[in-house]
Amino acid sequence: MLTTKKTNSKKTRQIKETFFLYLFLSSVVIGILALAVLLIDVLIDGLPYLNWDFLTKYASRKPLNSGILAPLAGTVWVVLLTAIFTVPVGIATAIYLEEFAKKGRFIRLIELNISNLAGVPSVIYGLLGLAVFVQFLFDGSRNLISGALTLTLLILPIVIIASQEAIKAVPSSFKDAGYAMGATRWQVVKKVVLPQAIPGMMSGIILALSRAIGEAAPILMISSLVWVTFVPTTPNSKFTVLPLQIYTWVSQPQEDFRSIAAAGIIVLLVILLIMNSIAVKIRNKYQQRSEQ
Amino acid sequence: MFLKINDCINNQIKWLILSFAILSIGLFAACGSDDDDSVAAPSDEKLSGTIEIDGSSTVFPVTVAVAEEFRVSNPEVQIPIGMSGSGGGFKRFVVGETDISNASRFIKLAEVEKANSNGIELMELNVAWDGLSVVVSKSNDFVDCLTTEELKSIWDEGSTLDNWSQVREGFPDKPLRLYGPGTDSGTFDYFTDEINGEEKRSRADYTASEDDNTLVQGVSGDPGALGYFGYAYYIENKESLKIVSVDSGSGCVEPSETTIEDGTYSPLSRKLLIYVKISSLQKPEVKAFLEFYMDHGGELANEVGYVALSDAEYSAQKAMISNPVNYVHPSK
Repeated sequence: MLTTKKTNSKKTRQIKETFFLYLFLSSVVIGILALAVLLIDVLIDGLPYLNWDFLTKYASRKPLNSGILAPLAGTVWVVLLTAIFTVPVGIATAIYLEEFAKKGRFIRLIELNISNLAGVPSVIYGLLGLAVFVQFLFDGSRNLISGALTLTLLILPIVIIASQEAIKAVPSSFKDAGYAMGATRWQVVKKVVLPQAIPGMMSGIILALSRAIGEAAPILMISSLVWVTFVPTTPNSKFTVLPLQIYTWVSQPQEDFRSIAAAGIIVLLVILLIMNSIAVKIRNKYQQRSEQ
Repeated sequence: MFLKINDCINNQIKWLILSFAILSIGLFAACGSDDDDSVAAPSDEKLSGTIEIDGSSTVFPVTVAVAEEFRVSNPEVQIPIGMSGSGGGFKRFVVGETDISNASRFIKLAEVEKANSNGIELMELNVAWDGLSVVVSKSNDFVDCLTTEELKSIWDEGSTLDNWSQVREGFPDKPLRLYGPGTDSGTFDYFTDEINGEEKRSRADYTASEDDNTLVQGVSGDPGALGYFGYAYYIENKESLKIVSVDSGSGCVEPSETTIEDGTYSPLSRKLLIYVKISSLQKPEVKAFLEFYMDHGGELANEVGYVALSDAEYSAQKAMISNPVNYVHPSK
């Protein structure tokens, strides 16, 4: 009696095992298939149009004469400016919250709000940026700085949270050793915490910046330009970015513009891929070093 | 308790506020240093500077084509163009952000007053004809022509028609699905005004999109669909769409270059417009651009799928550019 029950339960356990194996496997396959279909579709549509001319020419009404130079340059500008604004503020906030602030109700409230801000839809930040930066700060000038500041607001919560995680990962024994030597909090932060945490922060920051690159909605509110035939020269220039250009091309009447849009998507994907692999590289390097 | 928290805020946030203040000072300094140098000194030969344009997505292809050709001989002139819709474009125009506003409807009295109160004088130029096109799917074999009354019964506010058999006796029992532009569109304003008798008066339970290609795809894939949008989008998608003639009492008329230009495709043929800030005409690049627009706008409008005005109309308007008169709204 007892033995039959045992074999039964072993059988059912095995059945369950295989069932869940295939359930989970099929979930993975669904995700990968969707990605593969998307990539193949974009590559088939876009690759024939992707050449050096496409990267160095401006937008045109004729699909075959169209290029992506202005939005490409705009994207690079915006990302660099966003990084300049985000990195110091984001890291400083994380250091304050983790190392300096007394953990209390107020700090918990701030942290809760930061996590909430990370979930606010990006178009809301676009409206905020339009009102605060474009109309109030720059008197109606839709320049690169307002675009970058808006994206800064968008990714700042993500950067803060990622930096906090990186700081938390520094073993407290390291810090305690520093304090035992009589170091001040700032000395510990500078000599112990930051060198350990910066690689982790960097990969978080790069991932956040690649999110900023893909955003069309807030930039549509800020720039509202979709046909630009110049490369921005100062942070005060008007600009457009890749997702916005792709969005415009898709909405044009001529069929060929959809293939041009696909070529634009490939450019965007390549940039994102490069940035993400840099993030992965930094993380791997960091892991190796801490294992040593 | 609250006092305690406040103390804590005061001590710890003081530094935060201070560092933010330093950051923002740095920021202002950074922006102050590169002022907008878009208004370049006028030179005899080469034009430079910036012409800022925003507005209707329907007029967008025409203005882009003109800007592109203009820049062939004037590569130093920067012409950034936006596509915020007629209403969205006017919002920027009346506060002086843009030099030229594309529009697929006439400017409203309130918008003119707002511009004038901001010290902006404006002039209106016609750039091309558009025949607002009513379309069904290629696989629809029973609709060739609809009267304006039938269109109104379909699209009017409060209409609950959801089957073709309700539109006209003899139409098959097929579900009717509607596609049209969103409410920020000049096309929507024009269609509702002409068909339903009042701007923006429309039923709301239809698939609305500011992106006309979404409408094209929706209609072409759905045998029970009915939609409307600018003529250029029909011309570019002829193989998947079927055009519906419109009968406004004197027989069915199909939109074509001829019927749109001579006005027999009524009431859905309309003029595409641009509005110009008169003070911008003092910038030589803006004046040159507009004269170029009047010289070549017709052929370029044809190229992108619209219908050119008569040559006489273009040259009359070109003369107006040199002697601009502040626009007065017809209702005044």
